[in-house]
Amino acid sequence: MSDAAKETGTLLVKTGLAEMLKGGVIMDVVNAEQAKIAEDAGAVAVMALERVPADIRATGGVARMADPTKIVEIMEAVTIPVMAKCRIGHFVEAQIIQSLGVDYIDESEVLTPADEQYHVNKRDFTVPFVCGARDLGEALRRIAEGAAMIRTKGEPGTGNVVEAVRHMRTMTDGIAWVAGLRGDQVYDAAKQLGAPYELVKWVHDNGKLPVVNFSAGGIATPADAALMMQLGCDGVFVGSGIFKSGDPDKRARAIVEATTHFEDPAVIARVSENLGEAMVGINISEIPEAERMQERGW
Amino acid sequence: MHIGVLALQGAFREHIVTLESLGVKATAIRMPSQLAQLNGLVIPGGESTAIAKLMVSYGFYDPIRQHHDSAGMAVWGTCAGAILIAREIIDALPGQESLGLMDIAVQRNAFGRQVDSFEADLDFAHLEDGPFRGVFIRAPWIEETGPGVETLAHHDGKVVAARQGDLMATAFHPELTGDPRVHRFFIEQVVAA
Repeated sequence: MSDAAKETGTLLVKTGLAEMLKGGVIMDVVNAEQAKIAEDAGAVAVMALERVPADIRATGGVARMADPTKIVEIMEAVTIPVMAKCRIGHFVEAQIIQSLGVDYIDESEVLTPADEQYHVNKRDFTVPFVCGARDLGEALRRIAEGAAMIRTKGEPGTGNVVEAVRHMRTMTDGIAWVAGLRGDQVYDAAKQLGAPYELVKWVHDNGKLPVVNFSAGGIATPADAALMMQLGCDGVFVGSGIFKSGDPDKRARAIVEATTHFEDPAVIARVSENLGEAMVGINISEIPEAERMQERGW
Repeated sequence: MHIGVLALQGAFREHIVTLESLGVKATAIRMPSQLAQLNGLVIPGGESTAIAKLMVSYGFYDPIRQHHDSAGMAVWGTCAGAILIAREIIDALPGQESLGLMDIAVQRNAFGRQVDSFEADLDFAHLEDGPFRGVFIRAPWIEETGPGVETLAHHDGKVVAARQGDLMATAFHPELTGDPRVHRFFIEQVVAA
């Protein structure tokens, strides 16, 4: 047998990397130094950014893809997978990020959307995509477009886990609802969800999402991470929560351990001791609706 | 037969599901105290740096070595796991330690980054019913094998699966394929050996 025949960019290798990240923590970093801290703390991947969501929120204006030199600097600093964000629908930013050799693209509501109707056609790419979702229908629409991994959105840059919880519960409730339907009700469920029948049928038959689902948007403490894991996510993204805290190195390690031992309160208690200041949180009701990032994406 | 799957991070659930489908008792291992009484241990794919940090934090290194050396616990490493059981990690990060169980040297991320991840049919020794679909995710390869090591599969001239007595290493992910033949080989030939 010739063993040279190989296929790249298949759905299985795209979803496969997400499978390898499960039970892990993906951390937002803005430079090589932070990337090293994240890797040393046991992050399974880093998200290369110019600014963390809390700073994007504070600065205002249009938030775009990071400068390629920034992304490359971070790729050269670590050996774990590197992700980078493009704007919703901005397929040229996605093409640029793929050309840099990044391992995963996050088509992210944290950046200002570039298209108010279409998301990126993710099937056109060799590199896999992760996309945000607030509920099952949104998740399945993204998967239909080629997303190989989902993250519940939460509300980025707030250090407030309440929206992450809401979206995770909405997702698991949606899955349980679909799984409990009679077979002939699945057509109507697909209509209600605004998602392709085949994917809704898959959820009905398997009782779970067809791809890995991480939690994001407001996780700031080890207890937050374990909470999201107990609510059923496969791993967590921590954005501003680490490098906007008093002792990023220690907090990063603690969140990694709490994510692994999410069902062991004694471990979570031990790693939660003396972490210093957590990031200052924001109450969701204090954010004007137009500035809520979770509303972006359709 | 009782097989443990190290469940610190990565694709441990898929190994458990596949092992259970073969009628084997499979348990997620999160603490070293759970290693007692295991006939075999699978170290799954994931991020080798993250898994290694957690293995250090929770004191897994010596107990795994002891259970293998004196209690006859077989060990199979897939991808990150293959890196962790190797005698030598080529291009290891400073402080990144392997278990040093198997006489192989493994090169991390040898096949490249995610855009180079691939699927390919493999001619896997001792398996019947045709080629085995190898799923390689930012995969390592086995750069050197010691005298007691049998090569089980190649891709593009590189060793991607090997076995040494009660130890086995695969650079790819049989747990993602739904094809249980490599798991069955581990149970019947490596653990039972």
